[in-house]
Amino acid sequence: MFMCKTGIALVGLGLAFATTTYGRIQSQQYDIGRVPTAEEIAAYDISIAPDGEGLPPGGGTADQGQNIYVTRCAECHGATGREGPNDILVGGQGTLASDQPLRTVGSYWPYATTLWDYINRAMPFETPGTLSADDVYSTVAYLLFLNDLVEENQRLDAETLPQVQMPNRDGFVLDDRPDVGPTTVHPVVAPPVSPPRNEQ
Amino acid sequence: MSPSDPKNSIVSKGRRRFLQLGAALSSALVACRPSSNLPSNQPSFLGRPVSEYGTRSSLERVTRTFRSSLSRENASSRTPLHALEGIITPASLHFERHHAGVPTIDPSTHELLIHGLVNRPLIFTVDELKRFPSHSQIHFVECSGNGGTHWRQAPDISLQNLHGLTSCSEWTGVRLSVLLEQTGVQTDATWLVAEGADACKMARSVPIEKALDDVMVAYAQNGEALRPEQGYPIRLFVPGWEGNIHVKWLRRIKLVDQPYMTKDETSKYTDMLTGGKARQFSFMMEAKSLITRPSGGMTLSNRGYHEITGIAWSGQGKITRVEISTDAGATWREAALQNPVLPMAHTRFRFGWNWTGESTVLQSRCTDETGYVQPTRQALIDARGPSYYHYNGIQSWAIHSDGSVHNVHV
Repeated sequence: MFMCKTGIALVGLGLAFATTTYGRIQSQQYDIGRVPTAEEIAAYDISIAPDGEGLPPGGGTADQGQNIYVTRCAECHGATGREGPNDILVGGQGTLASDQPLRTVGSYWPYATTLWDYINRAMPFETPGTLSADDVYSTVAYLLFLNDLVEENQRLDAETLPQVQMPNRDGFVLDDRPDVGPTTVHPVVAPPVSPPRNEQ
Repeated sequence: MSPSDPKNSIVSKGRRRFLQLGAALSSALVACRPSSNLPSNQPSFLGRPVSEYGTRSSLERVTRTFRSSLSRENASSRTPLHALEGIITPASLHFERHHAGVPTIDPSTHELLIHGLVNRPLIFTVDELKRFPSHSQIHFVECSGNGGTHWRQAPDISLQNLHGLTSCSEWTGVRLSVLLEQTGVQTDATWLVAEGADACKMARSVPIEKALDDVMVAYAQNGEALRPEQGYPIRLFVPGWEGNIHVKWLRRIKLVDQPYMTKDETSKYTDMLTGGKARQFSFMMEAKSLITRPSGGMTLSNRGYHEITGIAWSGQGKITRVEISTDAGATWREAALQNPVLPMAHTRFRFGWNWTGESTVLQSRCTDETGYVQPTRQALIDARGPSYYHYNGIQSWAIHSDGSVHNVHV
C-alpha cells in the first residue's frame, strides 16, 4: 500500500522464487515487505558468533592495542583495567567461588569473541562505531594480554581469536529452576486477628 | 419537551422559584464566609479549554526516581508502585533501563531486517509491520535486577527504590511467528539474535521455541505509540521473560544455529551460584508479590482499618493465590485477587487489616498456576548464595508502633 515501486517489484521477485517448503512453519503469506540485497544484509549484519563466524578481515596485537586502550578506554576502565570507575576488565581469576567474586573479562567471560563483538558494537561508550576492525582486534588483544591470556605480540584475527581459551568457558550452567521449592507447607488458616472485613 | 411547552409551565415556574431561592441562599452563604460550608470545589469560573494532548494535574507530583550512577544514559529509572492503582502502569511512569541512552528514531525511515537461516530474508518498514494482523496482550516487564539489593542488604528505603523495575502495560504489535512465516525458518535455526538501534546496539539471543510461541514485535503501549524510552518505534516483546531480552528500538533479527553469547547474556544477566558457577539463559521471571501499601517510607496515621494492597505476577502464567501475613510470617491468610487475573501480568490483590497499634511485620506470598510458591529470602540465598539478578523473595515491611513502615529482612 505504501511501498515504492521498487519494493513491490522486489517482493514480486521474492515470491516468484519462494519455495513451497518453509522448514519449521508453513502458513499464510501476506506479500508485505521487500527482499533486501546481499549488500544491505552485509551492511546491517554485525553479529559475531562464539565460533568466530562474522569476524571481519584484519587483526592486531596487544602491543598495537595499548595506545588505543590508553587513549580511548582508560578514562572509564582505569589505567590497567583494574581501577574502574566503570566495569573492571582485568583480574579476578580464582575469585568466583569466593565470598567476593570479581567478574572480569579474564575471570568470567566465557568467549573472547564476545569481547570483540561488544567493543565493536558498543565501545567507546560515547563514540561507538569509531574503531576500525584492526583497532578492535588490537584492543581485544591488549585486554587479553592484561589478563595473561595471550602474549604481547600475539596477533589476533578471525582465525586465532576464537581459539583463545577463556578460563571460565565451562563456568556456566543452564537454567535449572525452580531451584527453590515451596518454603512452607500451605498454611493452616489462622483465626482472624479481628479484621473488620476481608474484601472479596 | 421544550421549556415553553404549556404542560410544563407550572413545573417550570416552581423550579424557577426554587432556583431563585437557592441563588439567594447561596449569596447569603457567600456573604457569611469564611464560616461558609460550601464545598471548596463549587465552580464559579470557566475552566481550561480543550487541549490536544492530555497532561495530569499540576498538583500530582509522583514521578519515576533514579539512583546516582556514573552515567544517566547507562542507568535505570523506577516506577512509583506505591502510588499506582489497578494493574496498568501509565507509559509515562513505566520503568526505564537503558544501556546507551534513548535514541531518536524517525519511524518513516526505520526498518526491521529478518535474515540468517531463513528461506527468504525480508525488510519491513514500520508501516508494513502495522499492516499485519495485530495482537494485544497485557503483560508485565521486569528487569531481572529488580530487588537485587535484597541479596546483600536491607536498606531502609522505599518500595519504589527497592522494586520499581517492574511495570505492566497493554502491548500491541504483530506476532513474531507471523513475520517468520513470511521469511520461512530453516530447520537448523534454533535461536535468533535480536538487535536494537541504540548506541550500544543491544543484542540478545532468543530460543526459536519461544520466538514462535508468544513473542511479538510491539509498536504500541496502552493504546498509543511506544514511548521513545520503551523502544519507539518498535521493540521485541518476550512475555514473562527478563526485561533486557525485550530488545528496544528493534532493527534486526538474525536466525542462527546457536546462542551468540552476547555481552548481556554472558558477562551480565547471568546468575552467580554458590561454588563459582553461574546460571545462564535464566530468562523467565519467577513469581513475585509486593505489598505496595503500606510500604517503606509511609506512616499509618491511625489504628483500626487499613487496606493492604499490592501486586503479584509470574513469568509462568497466572497468579492463583496471594496470602498475607500480618505477624512476620507466623500465620497466613488469603487476599482477594482483583479481576482481571491475566497470565504474565501484574495482578492486584487486596486484604482488609485492623492495625492494633503494635509493631509487627507485613508480608505477601504468591502462588502461580504451576504451583510455584514465592520463596523466602533465606531460601533463595540457601539455594544460590548472594546473587545479583532474579531476586523474588518475600518482601517484609516492619510496622513500628509509631505507624512508620520500614524495609527489613526477617
